[in-house]
Amino acid sequence: MPEGIFCNKTPINTDEQLKATLNDKGGKQYYEEMNQLDVDSDKLWGAIRKTMKSRTRTWLEICAHCGLCAESCFLYQVNGRVPEQVPSYKIQSTLGVMVKKKGKVDNAFMQMCMETAWSKCTCCNRCGMYCPHGIDMGIMFSYLRGLLYSQGFVPWELKIGSGMHRVYRAQMDVTTEDWVETCEWMAEENEDEWPGLEIPVDKEDADIMYTCNAREPKHYPEDIAEAAILFHVAGENWTVPSEGWEQTSLSMFAGDWECCKDNVLNVYSAIERLRPKRAIGTECGHAHRATVIEGPYWAGREDGQTPVPYIHYVEWLAEALRTGKLKIDPAKRIKEPVTLQDSCNYVRNQGLKDVTREIISYIVEPGCFVEMAPNKEHNYCCGGGGGFNGIGLYREQRNMALRKKMEQILDTGCKLVIAPCHNCWDAIRDLEEEYEIGIRWSFLKPLVIGMLDVPEHLLPKDE
Amino acid sequence: MYDFLTGPMLWVTFLVSFGGLLVRAVMYVRGLSWQLDRVAYRPHLGYGMRGGIRSILAFIIPFKARLWRVRPGFTIIFFGFHIGLLVTPIFLEAHNVMLKQAFGFSLPALPAGVADALAWTCLAGGLFLVLRRIAFPEVRIITTVYDYLLLVITVAPFVTGLIARYDMGNYDFWLTAHIITGEIWLLSLPFTKLSHVLLFFMSRLQLGMDYGIKRGGMKGTDMAW
Repeated sequence: MPEGIFCNKTPINTDEQLKATLNDKGGKQYYEEMNQLDVDSDKLWGAIRKTMKSRTRTWLEICAHCGLCAESCFLYQVNGRVPEQVPSYKIQSTLGVMVKKKGKVDNAFMQMCMETAWSKCTCCNRCGMYCPHGIDMGIMFSYLRGLLYSQGFVPWELKIGSGMHRVYRAQMDVTTEDWVETCEWMAEENEDEWPGLEIPVDKEDADIMYTCNAREPKHYPEDIAEAAILFHVAGENWTVPSEGWEQTSLSMFAGDWECCKDNVLNVYSAIERLRPKRAIGTECGHAHRATVIEGPYWAGREDGQTPVPYIHYVEWLAEALRTGKLKIDPAKRIKEPVTLQDSCNYVRNQGLKDVTREIISYIVEPGCFVEMAPNKEHNYCCGGGGGFNGIGLYREQRNMALRKKMEQILDTGCKLVIAPCHNCWDAIRDLEEEYEIGIRWSFLKPLVIGMLDVPEHLLPKDE
Repeated sequence: MYDFLTGPMLWVTFLVSFGGLLVRAVMYVRGLSWQLDRVAYRPHLGYGMRGGIRSILAFIIPFKARLWRVRPGFTIIFFGFHIGLLVTPIFLEAHNVMLKQAFGFSLPALPAGVADALAWTCLAGGLFLVLRRIAFPEVRIITTVYDYLLLVITVAPFVTGLIARYDMGNYDFWLTAHIITGEIWLLSLPFTKLSHVLLFFMSRLQLGMDYGIKRGGMKGTDMAW
């Protein structure tokens, strides 16, 4: 059975493999090799028999083929409402057929499944809310991704992404040393403006352990500095772990469940080692989904809970503003029309719809906040979720997908979009780049820092 | 023939139908996996049941879920079809006469006019369901012959029942046809997609438990279906 050098059924486990695969620019050879890749039907059917239980079987079986899911899918809406984009069709023609054929499918079928699973579904789970039978096709697509990954049919970037998580336990090649140095650098860099600012690494028994997204140390370390400043001003007793600081999971997007488990256990062991009262993650949606919502199950925790309460950044921020740990100078509040992007991963998938609006009530001048329609659980994906943002092969499809968010934002009439999620933030940046509608977008941290009412003793002393 | 169909055959039908559905319910629950489904069913049963019941109610009450509100036309026809389908046979006077003869008790009977209206609603609803399968591309692409067959199995007892009721043609023939098609419908329940008569509740309960436990319920937010 022909296995490619880059495209094969074996996950990337070493730095050499990782670098070699990265050097295959754009995955040119990788995708050529994919055309020759054999399907191990016995293994595929074995996996389905072992992991496809009554929930998914029933979903596939009782789908009434009513088509009510069609309109719920933003990809159906933006792609000219072609019937091939109906969620039910998408899952029945891929996973459904795979099961009917007992895994005896060919290369072309698997490539069609790959295209469907990664370019026609962002696993936003919205269709599940509009199916009378409660069939959540996003969950099934996530399951299908796992099957495809195990057979080597995964987009190049996600093979690499999950390889990064396997080798570095981070979505990018950031080592423990890199991370700790970045923390020290950011603390020093901002010390003059914020006297006493610290980023305590591996402090035991702190109140808070903070975790983030590897892109922060790699590409915009100021995000770490901003988190530090806000904890500092709020007077929190906090720390970051030297190991287990990265909470994202491209392996979840790739369907590499083994790696998901390894990475989340790494974060949990940091919790067990440092014994914080609770953990807080950065403004990222899928990182929260991976580490807090799905993570306990990957780790085999029967109660479905993290070792200590683990909250999203927006929950901490709302609490800090509510309790007065952080004070906003009313004169500096946002005074222009502003809208909010609800991230699927923690709004639809963990109900955090009110805390973000509570934050808005503190930082936006009354009357300036404009809701998107629909919003909260019913909001649409940013257009780049589920790994869609990062896959070069499907860039065109992704750009088309951004149109829904663009329409929603244009309808609000706002020029400023608050996006407390890395993926949404990226997608909105890309949609501005692609369609130039003249908007700005921001995480919460920089906005809040800019309007803080800082206590006298925390301000730099005039020389 | 009539005695056989309404005697031993009816008993077998009920046994297979309701027994089969019971087996499916048990198998469904036994096949749930807290780790693969990623829902801690047992440790948070209270949250789960709360979410599950909310999920069922949202979709069983017309216009409660957003889905039903954004498509009012479909919702009216869809609920009309299902209400006609379930209420008519249970509360039909002719059926309750049989119940009375067999067990000495009966359920309140529908006035003939109401029963007729419900039966016709069901037929009209069924016709609409067929038409939309043909007319709308998003439904056509997922429609199979099996979907039409199930609709035929479902409305056949109504068609035959109405023909007998209006005394068109040979009454005995149509009555027999009515009983046979009714029994075919009942027998199909556990073995076909019509199992959704029960699995709708199981599936909705499961997704509701997912939302009630993992996806917000334990954070104190109720899913706004």
